[in-house]
Amino acid sequence: MTVRIDDESGGGIDYISVEESERFQGLKRMQRSFVFPLAIFFLLWYFAYVLLAAFATEFMSQRVWGDITVGLLFGLGQFVTTFAITMWYVSFANRKLDPVATEIREELEKAQVRS
Amino acid sequence: MIRLAAETAKNDPVLNIAIFGAFVAVTLFIVIRASRNNKTAADYYAAGRSFSGTQNGFAIAGDYLSAASFLGICGAIAINGYDGFLYSIGFLVAWLVALLLVAELMRNTGKFTMADVLAFRLTQRPVRLAAAITTLAVCFFYLLAQMSGAGALVSLLLGIDSKVGQSVVIAVVGVLMIVYVLIGGMKGTTWVQIVKAVLLILGAIAMTIWVMALHGFNLSALLEHAVQNSPAGDKILGPGLKYGANPLDFLSLGMALVLGTAGLPHVLMRFYTVPTAKEARRSVVWAIWLIGLFYLLTLVLGYGAGALVGPDVISKAPGGVNSAAPLLAQALGGPLLMGFISAVAFATILAVVAGLTITAAASFAHDIYSNVIKRGKDGKGVSDAASEVKIARRTVIVIGILAIIGGIGAQGQNIAFLVALAFAIAASANLPTILYSLFWKRFNTRGAVWSMYGGLAAAIGLIVISPVFSGSETSMIPGIDIAIFPLSNPGIISIPLGFLLGWLGTVTAKTAESRALAAEMEVRSLTGFGAEKAVEH
Repeated sequence: MTVRIDDESGGGIDYISVEESERFQGLKRMQRSFVFPLAIFFLLWYFAYVLLAAFATEFMSQRVWGDITVGLLFGLGQFVTTFAITMWYVSFANRKLDPVATEIREELEKAQVRS
Repeated sequence: MIRLAAETAKNDPVLNIAIFGAFVAVTLFIVIRASRNNKTAADYYAAGRSFSGTQNGFAIAGDYLSAASFLGICGAIAINGYDGFLYSIGFLVAWLVALLLVAELMRNTGKFTMADVLAFRLTQRPVRLAAAITTLAVCFFYLLAQMSGAGALVSLLLGIDSKVGQSVVIAVVGVLMIVYVLIGGMKGTTWVQIVKAVLLILGAIAMTIWVMALHGFNLSALLEHAVQNSPAGDKILGPGLKYGANPLDFLSLGMALVLGTAGLPHVLMRFYTVPTAKEARRSVVWAIWLIGLFYLLTLVLGYGAGALVGPDVISKAPGGVNSAAPLLAQALGGPLLMGFISAVAFATILAVVAGLTITAAASFAHDIYSNVIKRGKDGKGVSDAASEVKIARRTVIVIGILAIIGGIGAQGQNIAFLVALAFAIAASANLPTILYSLFWKRFNTRGAVWSMYGGLAAAIGLIVISPVFSGSETSMIPGIDIAIFPLSNPGIISIPLGFLLGWLGTVTAKTAESRALAAEMEVRSLTGFGAEKAVEH
């Protein structure tokens, strides 16, 4: 019953065996074992911050230096972690994921031309 | 002196109209220039996939820094202090969901719309229809927010306070938007977004430096000045001024904000305007830097407006909270800077509205018309892209008219509430299905359909029985009282429900989906094999 609308792909490629191949499984593991823990970390850190802001307002309103409060520093901390995670992921993806993904893709493209 | 400034703001409409007119003329010129190469469906919906990651990053930032972000957050910080800042953080951190989990995989597997990805390995017709309906619902609420924002902004600038006058303004915005989208397609609207994002960020940087210079480049001195001018005193330095009474509501809002972005259809569609997944990644990175930088600036601008204009003056000005940023511009650089900043804000609304309209039109024409209504007995969609684009253009006109009528009806409504509703719907109805179909092999058609319809119905249903819809003075319909649900944002219930229904539908379904298609989707999403290429001209 599953019908594909655009069948420009296919081309006689056995996707199941590609998907089960060691190299593809390695790529998938590499991507997920990087992305999932990181996603869990930033969500936990974000919700910890939201819960503090919602329920621990006194703590967040404490002054650290002049009129700069704990809450302000935590908020700016969210910016810092967001930027840091972004840069970390990009360098990981460029160095580790892209070469393997490109290799598999180019082989598939060759196989498609042949068939 | 400050009160005088607010007076002149109302009385200088000629200058403001001139600056507005110049903006419209320039952007229209850009749209016409950009549209010369629009031939195929990929040109019209996805700008021929010809934008670079950097350009698209600016366009995403342009899309995202809508009137609600700029005017809304500045105003919220100016009046409620720290609680306004919380919005910025949710809006920014949300981009990590898009970057890490969604952007590249979506770009690799889809063609024009969100439904392309969701229906990839599931039963086409029901999944596409559900995805198109949730897309249209999110776009519609987002559109209403922008349209009512346009009315409020113009009432401040042109001194038009009457309801009829504002309705005329909303109609003009609607007509201009239809013209932009009909002529320019995705390419035209993307260029408008890029230009607007650059101007908005430059304007915000200039104002921030100005505000900081007035306070000796000392953030603490600026905060102290804001504290002195605020009736709430040093409460503006910590959380709780606005949400202190109902922290659970704040948690619900925080959830909708962080999970909504990666399910917003007009943001997802932007990933198709670049040639590869790598460029999609670059565009999200640019967007994160630009949006993050901008939100840091709004922190200074918001407290600056509190310090230099004062919360009382802002609340009493026409346009209320939303007038903080233009009034700060006025206090700093006089009517000329105010006119410029307001024209940028106005261009923001036009461009965002155009982006939403093209997303909704693409979803209707590509998903509902081509693949559900016109689908032949052989299971193929209409391959005739020309007729699909023709339908999309007609849909643009229909959506434009609906948005004008809805915008006139939603006048005076809280913009942030409408936007947060759109985020909550996106997070409840779209995000669970997107994540499941990208990462869970067993996920099937029943799970997708249950999750999308269930999430959509829960989000809208809870809003209808919440205090924002009825039962209090500030509700949409103050006359009746059916407010049983105590929170103003449904996220905390409807988002987990969307995920739960997706799981429940999947495990209870007896039919298995195609193993081959699941494998194909996984291979394509990670390697980019067979992804849509850029259009050569």
